[in-house]
Amino acid sequence: MTAPLLVFGWGNASRGDDALGPLFVEHLRGRLGASAEGRVDFLDDYQLQVEHALDLVGRERVLFVDASLSCAAPFEAARIEPQRDRTFTTHAMSPAAVLQVYGQLQAGEPPACTLLAIRGERFVLGEPPGAAALRHLDAALGWALDWVR
Amino acid sequence: MAFDLETATAPEGLRRVAIDPVSRVEGHGKVTILLDDQHRVHQVRLHIVEFRGFEKFIEGRPYWEVPVMVQRLCGICPVSHHLAASKAMDRVLGAHPVTPSAEKIRRLMHYGQILQSHALHFFHLSSPDLLFGFDSEVQRRNIVGVIEKHPDIAKKGVMLRKFGQEVIRVTAGKRVHGTGSVPGGMNKHVSREDRELLLRDIGQTIEWAQDAVGIARQLHQSNAALYDGFGSFRSNMLSLVRRDGAMDLYDGVLRARDAAGKVLLDGASDQSYLDLIEEEVRPWTYMKFPHLKSLGRDVGWYRVGPLARVQNCDFIPTPRAEAQRQDFLAWGKGTPVHATLAYHWARMIEALHAAEVIEQLLADPDILAGELMSTGARRGEGVGIIEAPRGTLIHHYRVGADDLVTMCNLVVSTTHNNQAMNEAVRSVARQYLDGHEITEGLLNRIEVAIRAYDPCLSCATHALGRMPLDVSVLGPDGELLDHVLKSHDGTLVHA
Repeated sequence: MTAPLLVFGWGNASRGDDALGPLFVEHLRGRLGASAEGRVDFLDDYQLQVEHALDLVGRERVLFVDASLSCAAPFEAARIEPQRDRTFTTHAMSPAAVLQVYGQLQAGEPPACTLLAIRGERFVLGEPPGAAALRHLDAALGWALDWVR
Repeated sequence: MAFDLETATAPEGLRRVAIDPVSRVEGHGKVTILLDDQHRVHQVRLHIVEFRGFEKFIEGRPYWEVPVMVQRLCGICPVSHHLAASKAMDRVLGAHPVTPSAEKIRRLMHYGQILQSHALHFFHLSSPDLLFGFDSEVQRRNIVGVIEKHPDIAKKGVMLRKFGQEVIRVTAGKRVHGTGSVPGGMNKHVSREDRELLLRDIGQTIEWAQDAVGIARQLHQSNAALYDGFGSFRSNMLSLVRRDGAMDLYDGVLRARDAAGKVLLDGASDQSYLDLIEEEVRPWTYMKFPHLKSLGRDVGWYRVGPLARVQNCDFIPTPRAEAQRQDFLAWGKGTPVHATLAYHWARMIEALHAAEVIEQLLADPDILAGELMSTGARRGEGVGIIEAPRGTLIHHYRVGADDLVTMCNLVVSTTHNNQAMNEAVRSVARQYLDGHEITEGLLNRIEVAIRAYDPCLSCATHALGRMPLDVSVLGPDGELLDHVLKSHDGTLVHA
């Protein structure tokens, strides 16, 4: 049975504040504990890719989580809609593009999806997340506890 | 000798247009164009900030960590680095060749990656490009008609990619950043359960891969004038081939052909790459320019990747892909195909080959049982070369007696293609930008040329909030004349 909620964080844990997405998933899973069982699935990865559209199938709501350089601190949360990417490399895909792929595969509307952008500042290889980023993460987790209810 | 359009003879007084696609904090991909007042193009450069800290990152680490660590830079193409590093460390340890079981499981992993990477590129990037910019109503009808005949193309692409990811998972242990390959061999067999899982879908996978080649070929042939001319130029080509000349994406000897298809070098050991290839530094980009030493920097540069591999080999050792390769060669009418957009067609031929190889390896009992590790006399230095999805990938290490890495040199596919991508962008600029006003459609053609190479820009960071395109037009005195922002969804905003 597919859990109705999916929390999907992505990023590179080896690159400073880029770890915010996977860290968020790890921390939220810890905070929810057994209460998430059967209700919330968790997923983390390095990049968004086309096959992640298949992870949205059967969900009621999805929360995408990523670090952001331009959002207001500590975080911004907004509903996202399907849109095709026009980038030049397969090395990057937006959550909106994943939703667009969903529509092509399932011939229907994707579940309600929210993008939670957590403010990050430094993305240097080999650095841990910064103190400010970790404070922003904590604030975002507080918001997410309402989202999963 | 300077390359045409690389350096303007009098850059002062020219307008600068910068195309700045960004997916990393370092701002690693950028095209700059210098125009005069009549919009004539005087200079076009593709600047790629390749992450060079990699080599320093690895030094001082124990050799056994390297096949895992080298994957950490990228979440898209880690398997290539995993295997290239493993092959190099096999040599360091004197453990080459590895056992038959280890090699076959590594090959299965590698061809799984080829399949998923090529499927991703075709589905996600190629299909929009193959529909762009047609002026003729007849051409538009033909292309749309082709796509309309294949409404399930999107689903096939995703399922092909998912299958390839599953092959990686069962061999490497995880879809991304697996640990299956180790110096000297592999640390696990494929389980019978996992093999059965893959065998269930391989037949359908091969059919879908065959369909994808058909679509790529039809799209190319139905608009031949555009596809053969867009961003096209002649070049040498380099790749690994098997000793008997067959296509081999996992291992082999180095071969290069000139633009006419004549062999320039052949049968060269991968351990001798430094005798054959030199990298030149130019002041305006962080990425180097490799070329064949014997020919020099002006005429010794070459292309790697699907377009080179499909034509460099003598045959593809799987029947369906070889039949498709013959059709591809026939398109060239006896001369090599140099069209940039032909990369898409060649890429799908390789995807089909990968699916056929996977089928063969799944039937081989050696992947289920057999010795997995080799040993030998330590050498302290080793080179591993593999044909990654984007082209030839070179890993070179020295390891001290204390087991720590003392030297690391990496030449990635995108570096090999640096001159070629610059030439493609310049060809597009001559054809579509010279003398025209700058519009988003014209700038997009520059991106199309880059996309055909699917460059690996050592990503793994992708922070939100960066616009994919940031174009500034500056006057000769530095005054900002125009500033355009293009978002992921294609929305253009004059800032």
